[in-house]
Amino acid sequence: MSSVTTSPGKPSLGSISAGRKIKDRLVQGFVYLAFALAVIPLVSVLWTVLSNGVKRLDADFLGHSMNGVSGRDTGGGAYHAIIGTLEQVAIASAIAVPIAVLTAVYLVEYSGGGRLGKVISFFVDVMTGIPSVVAGLFVLALWLLTFDFGFSGFAGALALTILMIPTVVRSSEEMLKLVPNELREASYALGVPRWRTILFVILPTALTGMVTGIMLAVARVMGETAPLLLTIFFTKAINTDPFKDPQGSLPSFIWEQAKDPNQNSIDRAWTGALVLILIIMVLNLAARLIAGRRAPSGR
Amino acid sequence: MSSETGVEATAGARHRATARRMSTGRAGDKIFVSAARGSGIAVLAIMAAIAVFLIWKAIPALQDNKANFITAEEWNPNATPPKFGIAQLAFGTIVSSLLAMLIATPVAIGIALFISFYSSRKLASFLGYIVDLLAAVPSIVYGLWGLAFLSKHMDGISEFLNTVLGWIPLFGGDSPGKNSIFTASVVLAIMILPIISSITREVFLQVPRANVEAALALGATRWETIRLSVLPYGRSGMIGASMLGLGRAMGETIAVAMVLTYVPGINIHLLEDGGATFASNIANSFDEASATGRGALIASGLVFFTITLVINMLARAVVARRKEFV
Repeated sequence: MSSVTTSPGKPSLGSISAGRKIKDRLVQGFVYLAFALAVIPLVSVLWTVLSNGVKRLDADFLGHSMNGVSGRDTGGGAYHAIIGTLEQVAIASAIAVPIAVLTAVYLVEYSGGGRLGKVISFFVDVMTGIPSVVAGLFVLALWLLTFDFGFSGFAGALALTILMIPTVVRSSEEMLKLVPNELREASYALGVPRWRTILFVILPTALTGMVTGIMLAVARVMGETAPLLLTIFFTKAINTDPFKDPQGSLPSFIWEQAKDPNQNSIDRAWTGALVLILIIMVLNLAARLIAGRRAPSGR
Repeated sequence: MSSETGVEATAGARHRATARRMSTGRAGDKIFVSAARGSGIAVLAIMAAIAVFLIWKAIPALQDNKANFITAEEWNPNATPPKFGIAQLAFGTIVSSLLAMLIATPVAIGIALFISFYSSRKLASFLGYIVDLLAAVPSIVYGLWGLAFLSKHMDGISEFLNTVLGWIPLFGGDSPGKNSIFTASVVLAIMILPIISSITREVFLQVPRANVEAALALGATRWETIRLSVLPYGRSGMIGASMLGLGRAMGETIAVAMVLTYVPGINIHLLEDGGATFASNIANSFDEASATGRGALIASGLVFFTITLVINMLARAVVARRKEFV
């Protein structure tokens, strides 16, 4: 009768009391619910932007400014804003990327745990936490109130630079750390000077990863609104000169149009949001493709 | 005496050695080292300049101020005499971001658990990408969505909370509205979900495999495994993550500025229209600000910067402390 102990109805292992089972199921339910709660707003945001924005996504919108168009009117577009955004982000990247990459090179290749390196690293962390509107206030206080320059696309680019530097430093640092030490040693053993080693051996190895980080940072600052409101101000007309007079930008375009109660303006705001998201998604996808193609082989 | 020169000699040698480590004395090396170090110092200079210029430009406005800067609730820097204080802004900032953190943290931890322990590996990387997408949407788009879409659907929820939980002062009030601090908090909570869940996920990834397997081998259910081996290990990481989320929520400007309608004065009833935060006030009142008004905004920005700085530092310290134990 020894088979009684192993009867199919009463397995010796794996019987879990009902209470434990219920608790396990409850938590599982909560976890699934949490995930659904996160997906709902994402789908809702993308869907409302797409369905509301596609109405006005036409040649008029992409090819015209808001000059002479009032909130009630149909037509009008974001050409001035798209031009402004592209110029401001390009200038910001041109300033921020060299500073940030060189800082990362200093932190990884030169500081060697020294005091200056630690201080810089600490303040890069502090810089990461600067609220975007404070970066705008700083440029306002420095560039506009102290040096007495007027509102311009360049002032906006300066604010974006401050927001861009810390993220690019951090991502470049991570990538430089991934470069295997053997490469450095091999290069030194061949008698290559240090700066040539960094420029022609280390940076090319880390390049794809760094480009990914830079593109993600560009995508991030492209959607910044608050610092731009304080620095580029607002204009309805096309201004291709980033160094003089207020300039448009896509985020501030959305902000202005959304504040107007007329439905035609709200429609323009949605289309502006759609264009902005499309640009950012393209940058994100490109960054991911580059990152997926080749990552530095290392530990 | 000989020992002294010996010490000096080794010190000198060490100095020369570090100098050689930095640069080989070639022109190219010298230029490159100074460029790299110069960029690092430029970062420090920018940070110093931010502090100096914000303080410098805030002082004149603060001197003109006829109200108490800390305790006054009104914000009229353009009036004569200018009167402004940050009490309402501080209240709005802290309450809205705390509420956002309270809403977002459990959901974010749920997401992290789902991706790390409840989904297959292939699905997990896809889901991680979806959550990252939430982070890529710019705040102005969340603002537009909150203003034109979410706030219309918040009416019912606000009224429901008001009738059921109305006995709690925070949810009380006679006229629950849709452009309230509560709505702003919900938008903020959605915006900080990705950062909290991605940091929590990183922490979960570091949980020693042996602990998980040991719990499973003892016959623990999935929840018991998580409770016994994952949550205790990741506790400080999760606290740090939610505090970083808090800092992010505080710094958020445009989405809050779009959702809130400004009503002067602190209102403890979070479901009623009104409220303002440091950031939303800067964005909303910059257009009409006079010279004193701009100075006042800069002064409020300084306080705001200090608060977010403290929160971020604390959060980083909490996250870093966990790393030392690993």
